[in-house]
This record gives sequence, structure tokens and C-alpha cells, in this order.
Amino acid sequence: MADAKIFEQSLYPYQRHPDQDAAAPVRHPVIVVGAGPVGLTTAIDLGLQGVPVVVLDDNDRVSTGSRAICFAKRPLEIFDRLGCGQVMVDKGVVWNTGRVFMGERQVYEFNLLPEGGHRRPAFINLQQYHLEQMLLDRLRELQAEGAPIQLRGKSRVSAIGQHDDHATVEIDTPEGSYDLEADWLIACDGAGSPTRKMLGLDFVGRVFEDNFLIADVTMQADFPTERWFWFDPPFNPGQSALLHKQPDGVWRIDLQLGWDIDKEVEKRPENVIPRIRAMLGEDVAFDLEWVSVYTFQCRRMERFRRNRVIFAGDSAHQVSPFGARGANSGIQDADNLCWKLKLVLEGSAPEALLDSYDAERVHGAEENILNSTRSTDFITPKSEISRIFRDAALHLSERHAFARPFVNSGRLSVPCTYDGSALNTSDAMPEAPARSRPGSPCPDAPLADGFLLDRLGGRFTILAVGVEGEAVGMADLLSVPATGEMAERYASGIYLIRPDQHIAARWPAFDADMIRAALSRATGNTP
Amino acid sequence: MSLNLQPNLKCPDDAYALLLEAHEGLTKAESDALNARLILVLLNHVGDMEVLREAIEAARG
Ligand SMILES: Cc1cc2nc3c(=O)[nH]c(=O)nc-3n(C[C@H](O)[C@H](O)[C@H](O)COP(=O)(O)OP(=O)(O)OC[C@H]3O[C@@H](n4cnc5c(N)ncnc54)[C@H](O)[C@@H]3O)c2cc1C
Repeated sequence: MADAKIFEQSLYPYQRHPDQDAAAPVRHPVIVVGAGPVGLTTAIDLGLQGVPVVVLDDNDRVSTGSRAICFAKRPLEIFDRLGCGQVMVDKGVVWNTGRVFMGERQVYEFNLLPEGGHRRPAFINLQQYHLEQMLLDRLRELQAEGAPIQLRGKSRVSAIGQHDDHATVEIDTPEGSYDLEADWLIACDGAGSPTRKMLGLDFVGRVFEDNFLIADVTMQADFPTERWFWFDPPFNPGQSALLHKQPDGVWRIDLQLGWDIDKEVEKRPENVIPRIRAMLGEDVAFDLEWVSVYTFQCRRMERFRRNRVIFAGDSAHQVSPFGARGANSGIQDADNLCWKLKLVLEGSAPEALLDSYDAERVHGAEENILNSTRSTDFITPKSEISRIFRDAALHLSERHAFARPFVNSGRLSVPCTYDGSALNTSDAMPEAPARSRPGSPCPDAPLADGFLLDRLGGRFTILAVGVEGEAVGMADLLSVPATGEMAERYASGIYLIRPDQHIAARWPAFDADMIRAALSRATGNTP
Repeated sequence: MSLNLQPNLKCPDDAYALLLEAHEGLTKAESDALNARLILVLLNHVGDMEVLREAIEAARG
């Protein structure tokens, strides 16, 4: 393990491109800044749909150290649509049990109890560098099949210009700089987004005055595949701690350190190792793979679209990691954006469709920030009274079921429903299950030959559940019987499904005119 | 349902004494912890956000 860390390898080394020798800046339909999980997902999605895309990254490797480890069901479903979900699930660790400790005692344990009849589990644990590597593999595979994706390493965006109908970028490379133009620029350049800074845009929110030591260690110990969370443990008094398993015998350890510390000193192995030894026990042998100290924040941009520049992922919103909502929500940004951009580029939708990206993903970011903020407030109470209530909830949770839902060590990431989105057509089946109302992500369900979600996405679909239907305009038809989970999760009727597998409209029976109107609305053609 | 701000206990003196007895002999920190647990228990028993909002308003004075 230690001899060949994947995040120390050059995976897409710099190569000179003819654009660098062009007499005038070359124009591309889409340029993506940043090849993190969100930039790579965006590039794959656009490339699959035949939209030419150039990805620029200032280095040529995957994320240093693991960072994100929990990937939720919804992003896995998106990766299935993009053709790389299975490798992730094969490699990832599936877990269901979580234990919560206070002091020396376990106060309770929970089971995620995932509902049956879904292709994907609630969560997998997988190192961010593995996930990025798998996205890179998929990108290479698509390139080999002729998808119009370019990935340029060691290409740092150093200046941005905004124009009415395009953006310009200046790119620094080991061989000097050059300029490009883009009809659309997607900034996936992370929480410190140079694009955002160069455009002088806001990024407001809350800093949590606390520090966390995040360490990945390899060990052969047989701790179970569970998530263990401690409040006020004996090995880290007054603070919190987390232990979670990743593939390859790697374990994630989070230790809350408090506010008044010296980050550089805390990161030194001679200080980290005794802390971990106190946690794992004297006789457990381990190696440090990666250590970092973080201060967490919850903040977002006011708007994710500024004319021709669109922000996605951490550049647009940042959350504390409790609840694993960072990468998970950024991948949903890409999922939401790419089909819209494709329709706009090919002229089937007006530019205004992209404002729905802003509205829908700001809504998602708000929900994520709310949840992450509440978790962080519970884990790191910042006033005497909030600590008193926190401890009271923990204390009661040991004996009383009612108190357990108060205990908040992270509310795990679930996709948001785009209630009230301008793309939705009002619900014509208000008595049908709420989970498949307009705006919802399609709940998965088993079909006779596989799973529903594998048959949806990438295009508009008319899903006819137990009733007659027909293809209309750009929407294909998928007919399935209204039995079993399909009946429970959908009820019989006609559902109009967006390319990102969200539901745009539903009716008890087929009516081509209504579908045409709903399609027009869902593509921004009818305001 | 809305918050009842009219007398609702058969024997208010007993209820009040019960509350004080529960705190007898406790340090300030122990009392604060007991109060917090008690509030959470009652919060759950009430089980209605609207009533809780009204109760907090009433308590704020
Ligand atoms: C300790 C920790 C634990 C976490 N745990 C989870 C978790 O369990 N689940 C989860 O979903 N999320 C988690 N997150 C959050 C997750 O890591 C981020 O949300 C995710 O990396 C965001 O992806 P991104 O692609 O938006 O940005 P990044 O991953 O930050 O990628 C940005 C990319 O842009 C490139 N770039 C930057 N500037 C330029 C420039 N000028 N020119 C060209 N390229 C540039 C960078 O090189 C980088 O490759 C965690 C984060 C931390 C720190």
C-alpha cells in the first residue's frame, strides 16, 4: 500500500495541444475547470451525450488523501447512468450498522435498514481517490469509443473574462500560457474556486470554530464494518471521534481537536500516532496513510449561474462533512446541469432553462447546509446550554427510544425533491404516493428483468405504469406493469421522467397534449 | 390543537413540589442537566410543533 499511493501518481500528464499554437483563441462549446469528482462527472455526462468538452486541471492526479469516503445511493445511481456505478460498488464497502458511544458506554446502535427492491445500497464507503480514478477510467473508455472529451493536465486557469455570449480563459501550462474561449464555462474548481475569486463573487456562510484531525490508517484489525461515533470518549475527552471502514484495510479516523490548536503541530506524526494509539488500543498495529487538519464551513454562492459561467460542486457550495453531503451533492449538480446544457447547445431549449439549474440546486444546497449545520451544532456545541441539551439527549437515548432521533452525528445524504420547480407540471395524482410526486428523484424498483432506473435517464421518458402510453416528441416510452414495488412506489398512471431521472409530471391516464405541454415546461420552453 | 395556558393541573402545589423535590440536593450542573432531560421528555410527549412554538413564545414572555 504505502509504496504506490495512487494519489502520488501522474495520471493525465501535460501534453502540448494544437490549441496552444493557434493564431487566435480557439472556441469550445464547453470548458470545465477542475477534474475533481464533479468536473469528471460533468465531462463524462456531456461526453456521453455527444457534447464536446475540454477539462482543465492545474495538476495531473487524483485527490491527495481520501477526503470523501461515503458515497450515497443517489450518486451511485447517477454513476450507473454514466456507466461506472458497478466498479464503485464492487470495490466499495457496504455498511448498515452504526454505533453511538458516550464516554465509555455505547448508548445505542442503529441499522440503516435499507428498503428492499433498489439496485443500490444506501451508502458505500470508498476513498475519493479510488472514485476519481474510476471516473478517469470511464472517461478514457469513452474517449476510446470516440466521445468528444479532452482532459488537459497541468493546465491552470489563471484569468477569466465574461462576455455576452462566451467566456474567455487564460491557461498556464509548463510551456507557457494560452487563451481559449468557451460558449459555456463550468467551474468545478473546488471550495477555494479561483474562478469564483477571479470574478469577485460572494461565498457567504458560517465557519465552525473547531478543528478536526482526519487520518486514514491501514491496519489488519478486525473491527466490524460499522460506523462508530463517540461523544466525549475517554481517549479524546470533551470532544468527538469517528471510526469508519474503507476498502483495502484502510480506516477513517476523525478526532475533534477544539479551536485553540496549532494545525501544523497537530499534523506531525509524533503527535498523531499517540492519539490514534489511545483510540485503537496499545496492541493494534497500524500505518498512517494520510493525515490532515480541517476547519469546517457551511456556505454557498448566492447564485450558481453568472451568465456564461456556471458553478458546480464545492465551488458553489461547501458543507461540513457530517452527513457526507459534499461530493454527493456536487455529483447531483452535474446530473442536473448536463442535460439542460445539452438542450440549450443544440437549440431545443432557451438559455433560461439554465436558470432552473440555479433554482433547483440552490434548493438542494440549502437543504444540505441546513442538515450539515445542525449536525455540526450537535457534535460541536458552541454554547453551554447547547452542550447541556446535547448531553441530555445522549443520556436519554441509552434507555429511551424517543431520544435517539435527537442524536445527530450526521444525517446521511438523500437527494432533494425539486418541489415548486418551474419545470414541474402540477400534480394530477395528489392521492398517489408522495415519493413520486413531480420534482422527486424516481424511486428505484425491480422489474421483471432488472431495475427501473437502469431503463431511465439520459433522455426524457414517458413511464407508463399499468396504463397505455405512447412516445411523444423527444420522449421515449417505457411501459411496465403496476405490480409489486412499482405499484407501491408509483401507483398506476403516466409519469414524465426527465433525463436526470427526476419526475416532471404525472397523470392518471395518457393524454398527448398534456404531455406535450409538460415537456415544453420541463425544457424551459413554456415559462 | 393549541397550547393550553389555562390552569390544567388538579393540584398545582403538588406538581410544583414534585419539580422542586426532583432537584433537591443536586448541584447547579446536575440541576441544569435534569431540566434539560425533562424538557426533552416533555417535548416528545407534546409531539406537536405548533404547540411547542406557542409554548416557547409563552415562556419567552
Ligand atoms: C475530511 C473530508 C471528508 C469528506 N467526506 C465526504 C464524504 O464522506 N462524502 C462526500 O460526499 N463528501 C465528502 N467530503 C467533501 C468532498 O471531498 C468534496 O465535496 C469534493 O471533493 C468536491 O468535489 P469538487 O469536484 O467540487 O472539488 P475538488 O474535489 O476540490 O476538485 C477541484 C479540482 O479543481 C482543480 N483546480 C483548482 N483550481 C484550479 C485552476 N485554477 N485551474 C484548473 N484546475 C483547478 C483542483 O486541482 C481539483 O482537481 C469530504 C471533505 C473532507 C475535507
